[in-house]
Amino acid sequence: MNAIDLKNLDISYGDTKVVHGVNLTIAEGESFALVGESGSGKSTILRAIAGLAPDWTGDISVLGRARSHGVDRAVARQCQMVFQDPYGSLHPRKTIDSALSEPLAIHGLGNRGERVEAMLKAVGLDQRFRFRFPHQLSGGQRQRVAIARALMLEPKVLLLDEPTSALDVSVQAEILNLLKRLRREQGLTYLLVTHNLPVVSFLCDRLAVMRHGGIVEVADVEQLKHGRLVEAYSRELLAATEGANRATG
Amino acid sequence: MSTLLKVENLRVSFPTHRGRVEVVKGISFALGRERLGIVGESGSGKSMTGRAILKLIRKPGLVTADKLEFEGIDLRAQSEKQMRSVRGARISMVMQDPKYSLNPVMTVGEQIAEALVTHQKLPRREIEARIISMLEAVRINEPQRVAKLYPHEVSGGMGQRIMIAMMLIPEPELLIADEPTSALDVSVQAQVLDIIDDLVTRKGMGLILISHDLNLVSRYCDRILVMNSGTVVEECAAGELANAKHPYTRGLLAAMPTINESRDELPVLDRTQWAGT
Repeated sequence: MNAIDLKNLDISYGDTKVVHGVNLTIAEGESFALVGESGSGKSTILRAIAGLAPDWTGDISVLGRARSHGVDRAVARQCQMVFQDPYGSLHPRKTIDSALSEPLAIHGLGNRGERVEAMLKAVGLDQRFRFRFPHQLSGGQRQRVAIARALMLEPKVLLLDEPTSALDVSVQAEILNLLKRLRREQGLTYLLVTHNLPVVSFLCDRLAVMRHGGIVEVADVEQLKHGRLVEAYSRELLAATEGANRATG
Repeated sequence: MSTLLKVENLRVSFPTHRGRVEVVKGISFALGRERLGIVGESGSGKSMTGRAILKLIRKPGLVTADKLEFEGIDLRAQSEKQMRSVRGARISMVMQDPKYSLNPVMTVGEQIAEALVTHQKLPRREIEARIISMLEAVRINEPQRVAKLYPHEVSGGMGQRIMIAMMLIPEPELLIADEPTSALDVSVQAQVLDIIDDLVTRKGMGLILISHDLNLVSRYCDRILVMNSGTVVEECAAGELANAKHPYTRGLLAAMPTINESRDELPVLDRTQWAGT
């Protein structure tokens, strides 16, 4: 069974069509990356799958079930999203405990105290953070909380929208390690949006290069590592990254 | 090489309810007509260093230094009015995000003109010609059209190039660029930095490039200062970065994934080693 299936997907914001004709199949357990410049529509695809951009046509199915246009609790159970900015994605007046308990309450799951404790442990946060507020945490700690929040419902698919681009290099390394470990331990499927190709190389198996709302190329991560991307635009993107890394690379 | 800027024992502190906290703890360096990179993570004091040079830190922040000299001018003794003739005209600064640093209600051309006429009296026709040629220098197509646009009508990369044009039009001797490309796409980053690099080299200016990105700095600078919690932990030539000695620098280098990544886990900095945070 495929984790995510997109067929002829068009997504619009009002009158502007930002994504057109996307076909994509992501297998269960796979880690897949969408890369491209700002405005290429990569985050919009994630938002449509998560139900945050309801104005789409085509087919979206998650773990074999077609997604509806409205709020879809069944999809929410299986598929959760982590956002870019850990400063903006946590409610400032809710403690970590209540942020993590909320999805459990919505879905009527019991044992909340124990689940929260276990999840804090899984993302490497000490129990003393449980009753603190987001402003008492550093950026890296907040991103751990955001990941914990997404994992509270024990989903199978995680949508990651630039999960490390707001963080320092050393903190980025911690979060990337965490994501890699969680995927191994819980058999998760990742759909990651990023413009950072080295992150793709570390965390993903396959990638799709996007431009102007469409997919330019789907490639294996080995192709990326050895610079064997086929399309001219993908090579351009790779060259820009390699240029920036030339001095130490 | 003549010294453009000399900084000795620069300290910046801010009051908190637990007493004053020093964010820059006595750093010293000298800068000639060269490209100096200052690298560090958030909170390392790198941006505060850049701002302190321009005396942009307002009360209750406190800046002290044994020496803060720019071309023989003692910046510490300059009044606010005197500083205004230094800022922009002789030392200028490019900020991180063009979205927040351009005036939204002035056209691009008007803003660039303002930067110029504040320091020099020129006939209008010449101002216009200078603006157009400056926009051309930062590789903007159709400069006549762009000069009439408002900041919200241009892209991020273009906005940053407009900022650079504005900062370079009074022909300063020193340019401080604080994370000039972190708000931009990778593909545009290189373009913008190439433009800065080209103009700085051509005009023989000094450049201080402040960034969190080690690779980027090592590519565009001659010399690098690595900062951590307010102090300079390492100083080296850009080419020597790979042989850096300080554990913090080495840790930062190792923590970055590479395009051909084969490590299963990235090494993580042990923060307790340097600071009590």
